[in-house]
Amino acid sequence: MKEIKVDTLVIGGGSAGMAAALEIAERGFSVTIAERENSMGGILNQCIHNGFGLHHFKEELSGPAYAEKFIDMVDSSKIKVFLDMTVMDIEQTTDDLTAYGLSRDNGMVKFSIKTVVFANGCRERNRGSIGTPGTRPSGIFTAGLAQRLVNMEGFIPGKECVVVGSGDIGLIMARRMTWIGSKVKAVIEIQPYPAGLTRNIVQCLNDFDIPLYLSHVVGEIHGRDRVESIDVIPLENGVEQKDKSFNIKCDSLLLAVGLVPDNELAQKIGITINPETNGPVVNRQLMTGQNGIFACGNVLHVHDLVDFVTEESERCGRYVADYLDNKKPADQYKTTPGKNVKYLVPNYYSPKEDNKFYLRTMIVKNRAELVVKVNGKEITRKKLNHIQPSEMISFSIPGGKVENISELHNNILEVQIV
Amino acid sequence: MKKEMICISCPMGCRITAEWENDNDIKVTGNKCPRGIVYGREEILSPRRVVTATIDINSSSLGRIPVMTTGTVPKGIIDSLLNRIYKMHLETPIARDDIIMKNIDDTGIDLIATRTVTT
Repeated sequence: MKEIKVDTLVIGGGSAGMAAALEIAERGFSVTIAERENSMGGILNQCIHNGFGLHHFKEELSGPAYAEKFIDMVDSSKIKVFLDMTVMDIEQTTDDLTAYGLSRDNGMVKFSIKTVVFANGCRERNRGSIGTPGTRPSGIFTAGLAQRLVNMEGFIPGKECVVVGSGDIGLIMARRMTWIGSKVKAVIEIQPYPAGLTRNIVQCLNDFDIPLYLSHVVGEIHGRDRVESIDVIPLENGVEQKDKSFNIKCDSLLLAVGLVPDNELAQKIGITINPETNGPVVNRQLMTGQNGIFACGNVLHVHDLVDFVTEESERCGRYVADYLDNKKPADQYKTTPGKNVKYLVPNYYSPKEDNKFYLRTMIVKNRAELVVKVNGKEITRKKLNHIQPSEMISFSIPGGKVENISELHNNILEVQIV
Repeated sequence: MKKEMICISCPMGCRITAEWENDNDIKVTGNKCPRGIVYGREEILSPRRVVTATIDINSSSLGRIPVMTTGTVPKGIIDSLLNRIYKMHLETPIARDDIIMKNIDDTGIDLIATRTVTT
């Protein structure tokens, strides 16, 4: 078995893994990326639409172009990359970590490492996750799979399709299917409001007069060998109105029903998962509950813009380098989501250092305010023009801003949206 | 002509209405800021979009290469542009930003590759 000694193993060569690895290498540490596919870039490679990079590169790029800018940087760095490699296991001894990666070219490779960065993204929820009844014909795809088939491999998944779920992937695929000549007959959304960004509703649905059924669910899938039609049921106050159901003829169903961070390996080695994000619980340095194991990008929580993944992952890379430099972190206390906040990342903050947070709200509102409290005292307040669950919110608390730390209190930082 | 739409100049998403007034001016209502007027006027006079698509390529690693217009093109030419794109076939190597179609229909906008495919 091949053995490699390296400071950091980054699992996943997508936008998160590349950004983290570049920062670690920049600080003079040795880094290896293990990527499961035959090229780096991750999900960006199939996201051929525009709109990437407006924050980070100040220009509008396609997904593959955004990825390629990072791939070029990785290629001209000292980072070693293993393609077609799956990391199978991680073992922890008192001071060191060992990881095992399997690839066709190299067989099993043993990595002796000091730190690991989980940057392996998320998986799609599928039909099983939403429990849709009916037959099991061909023609049912998750939207991301359909996107890969169309944009990279050149297959057309169906001629007449219905998209389930109005998240951004569902909306983008509704436009893509229309542009490749298929008819998109409807987008079905269980919530009373669209799950995706408004600009995608406008440019991907309204432009093509694709009907969006809010507060509707798929009742049943019909068809023996191939999807033939589906029943759609309206919801009123969350209750299915079966007498008002209607049938849509279609030969394919694209399921865009959410993403779940891929934390199988993390869970296997006993890392604590946050049930709200399905990603690991992390401290201010984005380190999981186990020493030397970090997480960033979609495996930590699902992001809506790659630019935010890059920001978070570059920061993660710097934290990893600090850890390798034996820089001792300052005291940390817990954070907690308050009123109208679904989740808050990270799960700890440090009053003495700068803290950056990402969160998602549960409500749709114009002119809202974000309020940060510690021990019942308001620390800061930020105006938010428009909020909705699909748009991630970020804010920072600079070191020294929280002054009321006391041994008599729990010092938990609570974030509310009002 | 009267058109109802959602302004996408910012995330507020104002529901606005744009309509011709006296055949020579466009009246926009429902907007909460001046950007809504600009958006409403453009959507009536000349709606434009960025187009992204893929083209068949003889690559060993990839079935199709992604392409994108360098700016927005009039909505009216999108169908014809897509049909022309789908009829094309490209040979490797192609570099990111290579021009695939120059000055599409005299719009001054090019079609470029957005990924490098060497083999």
